[in-house]
Amino acid sequence: MKLLRDQSAALRARLPLAYRDGMSRGALRGALHLGLLATLPRRVTDFVRLVAILFAAVTVSPAPTFAGEGGRTSKPVVSIENPGKCIAPAEEMRRNHMEMIKHQRDRTLRQGIRGEPASLNGCIDCHASKKTGSVLGQDGFCQSCHEYAAVKLDCFECHQPKSKFKPAAQAAATEMGRKP
Amino acid sequence: MATLNPRHEEGLFYALAVLGGAVSAIGLAAALYMEHSGHVVTGMNNQIVWGLPHVFAIFLIVAASGVLNVASIGSVFGKKPYKSRAPLSALLCIAMLTGGLTVIMLDLGRADRLMVAATHFNPTSVFGWNVILYPGMYAIVAVYLWTLMERRMNPYSKVAGLATFIWRILLTTGTGSIFAFLVARQAYGNAILPAMFIIMSFAWGLAVFMIVQKTMFGWNDMTLHAAIRGRMKNLLGTFVAAVFYFVATYHLTNIYFAKQTAFEEFILLSGGIFPVLFWVGYVLVGTVLPLLLIYVPDLNRLRGSVFAASTLVVIGAFCLLYVFIIGGQAFPLEIFPGYDVKSSFMDGAIDHYSPTLPEALLAFGGLGIAFTLTTVGVRVLRFLPQDDIAELEAAGSIVD
Amino acid sequence: MSQHQNPRRAFIAAAGASVAGLGFTAIAPGLHLMAVGEANAAPRPAGQAASPAIRWGLLIDANKCAPGCTKCIDACHEENGVSEQMPDPRQNSQWIRKIELVDRRNGKLTTLPMMCQHCAKPPCVDVCPTGASMKRADGIVLVDRHTCIGCRYCMMACPYKARSFVHAPLTEQTPGTPRGKGCVESCTLCVHRVDKGQQPACVEKCPEGAMTFGDLNDPESVISKRIASANTTQVRGELKLDLGVRYQGI
Ligand code: SF4
Ligand code: SF4
Repeated sequence: MKLLRDQSAALRARLPLAYRDGMSRGALRGALHLGLLATLPRRVTDFVRLVAILFAAVTVSPAPTFAGEGGRTSKPVVSIENPGKCIAPAEEMRRNHMEMIKHQRDRTLRQGIRGEPASLNGCIDCHASKKTGSVLGQDGFCQSCHEYAAVKLDCFECHQPKSKFKPAAQAAATEMGRKP
Repeated sequence: MATLNPRHEEGLFYALAVLGGAVSAIGLAAALYMEHSGHVVTGMNNQIVWGLPHVFAIFLIVAASGVLNVASIGSVFGKKPYKSRAPLSALLCIAMLTGGLTVIMLDLGRADRLMVAATHFNPTSVFGWNVILYPGMYAIVAVYLWTLMERRMNPYSKVAGLATFIWRILLTTGTGSIFAFLVARQAYGNAILPAMFIIMSFAWGLAVFMIVQKTMFGWNDMTLHAAIRGRMKNLLGTFVAAVFYFVATYHLTNIYFAKQTAFEEFILLSGGIFPVLFWVGYVLVGTVLPLLLIYVPDLNRLRGSVFAASTLVVIGAFCLLYVFIIGGQAFPLEIFPGYDVKSSFMDGAIDHYSPTLPEALLAFGGLGIAFTLTTVGVRVLRFLPQDDIAELEAAGSIVD
Repeated sequence: MSQHQNPRRAFIAAAGASVAGLGFTAIAPGLHLMAVGEANAAPRPAGQAASPAIRWGLLIDANKCAPGCTKCIDACHEENGVSEQMPDPRQNSQWIRKIELVDRRNGKLTTLPMMCQHCAKPPCVDVCPTGASMKRADGIVLVDRHTCIGCRYCMMACPYKARSFVHAPLTEQTPGTPRGKGCVESCTLCVHRVDKGQQPACVEKCPEGAMTFGDLNDPESVISKRIASANTTQVRGELKLDLGVRYQGI
C-alpha cells in the first residue's frame, strides 16, 4: 500500500499541470453529483450509494499488471541498445510515445497506411535487450519504466515483445521444410 | 406462523446477507480466475461461444424488466393493489439487472475494457443499443422510484411509470433482438423472438415478484389478502400460457420451414439433454404443473400453491433458456446444404457443452448479487407492500 | 499473374512425378518467393491508405483441392503464428480449416479450405458493439484487437464459423501478426503480406494451384477473368453477403 502511495505521489509530482487541474475538475463534478443526490430522500440515496459501491467494486479491472515482485520498485533501466536512431528526441518520446504509436496503430490497422516512422515493432527492434531479446523482463526497456511509473502495459498481451522473433513452431518448420 | 423473535430475526437477516455476499464474492473470484487464465478454464469453446453465464445473465435481465410490470400495472393502468407494490418491483428490477449485467461484463474476454465498450459505439449493433438501453433503465427506474417515494414528486409518478414501461419494452425488445438478428444460425434469426422475449419477461418477472413477496410476507408474519393473491395468480397463469403459445409457435413455424426440420428434430427429439430439458424442464415442470397449481381449484386452495407455481415457472425458465442458448449453438451450422460435412472444427457435428466450475460459480454469482441487493435493499428501504384492504374494498378494487 | 501461374504449374508437373513430397516442399519456398515477386503489383507506397477502388478476393477451385492435404492450413498457421494447442481442441483457433463434403445424392467427395469469406456486407461488422470488427477500404475484414472486448457476438453472427476466440494467454505471436487472449480473430487475408505486394500464405503454398488471389474490381485481373468465364459459387449465397471468397466445383 505504501509502495502504491509513493508511486502515485512520484507520478503526480511529474505530471504536467494540466493533468492536476483535470483531477480537481473531476472532484468538483463529483461534489456536484453528491449535491444532487442530497435532494433525494435519505433511504433512496443510501440505496443508490450502495448499488453504486457494489457495482463499482464488481467492475473494477481485474487485469494483471506487471507489478514488481519484491517490495521495492527500482529506478527504471533505460539502456539504449542502438543509440542515435530514434525517430524523435528522447524528451518528446518520453512524453508522447503512447500517442504516437496509438495514432499510427489506428491509421495502419483501419486505413492500411504502412511505413510510418512510428511503429511498435520499430520500438522493439531498437530497444529489445541484447541479452534477452525482449523489451519485457525486469530490466526490459518497456517494462522497467512502466513498472516505475505504475502505468499498465497492455501492448504485449497481443504484440510480440521480442525483436525479430520466430515462433518455435515456425522456426522448426522452416528448418525441416514442413510444419511438425 | 410464529412471529420471529426480533433478535433471531436480525440474526437471520445478517446470515442471509452474508450468504448472498459470499456467493457473489465467490462468483467474482471465479471471474478473476477466468480473466487471468483465459476462457480455457471454461467449457465454452469456439463452437459454443456463449455458455452458462449467458443463460443466467439473460434470465436475470429478462426477468428484471418483467418484474417492473407490477409497477406499471399500478402506475400506468391505475390499479391500486399493484401501486403499493411499485417500489418493491422497482427495487427487484435494479437488483436483477445489476446481477445480470455484472455476469455478462465479467464474462467478456477483455473485461478490463469496460471503458472501451462505453466509449466506442457502433450504431448498427444490437449489443451497441443495449449499451444505451441498460444504463438508461437504471436512470429511469431511479427517477421513477423517486417520484414514488417523495411526496412532492408523487404527481409525476404516472408519467415516470409510463416512461419506465416504454423503456422496459424497448429493453426486452433489444434483448430478444440480440438473437433475432442472427441469420447465421438455425435457432435464431426469427422475427418472433423479440415478442417472445417480452412475454417471457412478463411471466418470469411476475413469478420472481411473487416469490419475493411471499417470502417477505412470511418473514413479517403477514398473509396476502386472498383477493389480491387470486388476482396475481391468475395474471401469472395468463402469462405462462402466453409464453407457451409463443414457444409453440416458434417451434411449429420452424418445423414448417424444411431447412429447419433437422434442427427441430434435434431440439425436440434426438438431442440428448436438450429434449429432456425442453419437455420435462420447460413443458412439464415450467408450464403444465404451474398451470395446474393455478387453475385447478382443489390445488390452488392449498397453502403455498402460488409460491410453488412461481418457483416452477422460474425453473422452467432456466431450462428453456438453456435449450435456446446452448442447444441453438450445439447444433451445427448448415453451411453446405445437401452435403454430409466433416472437418477439424465440428462442421456437421453436434457439439457437447459441459460447464466447468468457474463459469458456474460466475453464473451463480449473478444470482448472489441480485439476492444480496434485494435482501439489503428490502431491509434498508422497508418496501413491504402494504395493502389497505378497507380502502381497496371501498374503491371497488377487490371483490371476493 | 498469369506469368506466375505458368512456371509454377510447369514445375509441379515436372516435380510432382519424381520428387518426394519432403524434397519438394524444401525447394518450393524459394521458387514461390521469386514467382510472387514477379507476379504482384509493387507494394503500396508508404503513407498511402488502402484504396476502395480495389476489392481483394480469392477464388478456390475445389476440383483441384487434394483430399487429405493441409498445406494451406499449415502455411496460414505458420505465417500467423497460430501454434497453440489447448487441452480441448475445440478451443484452438481455426483461421482456416479443411472441409470434407460428401454429396448426399451421389456420394462424391469434395474437399475445400474455408476461411473468413471477407463479406462485403459482413454480419460480424454489423453486430460488433464497439466497432472493433471492421472492413478495410479494400474489402479485407479485420478485428481491431485494440477495441475488441471479447463479447463473441461476431462469432454468433458469422454464417461460416470463420472466427475464433483466443482462450489462453499467448507468447508465440509473430511480430507481423499480433494476437492475444480474450480477443476474437479470423483470417486477415494475410493483410501484412498483401500490403507488401505479396500473396496470402495459403495461396502461395498450395501445391495444386487451387487458389487464386487478386482484385475482384479489376476486370483484367486473373481472378476476375476466371470468375467471368467459369461457374463459381458464393457459399450460402442466399444470405446475399457478397463474398470476397468464391468457390469453383461445388
Ligand atoms: S465470413 Fe464471417 S468473419 Fe468473415 S467477414 Fe463474413 S461474417 Fe465476418
Ligand atoms: S468479440 Fe470483439 S470483434 Fe467480436 S463483436 Fe465482440 S467486440 Fe466486436
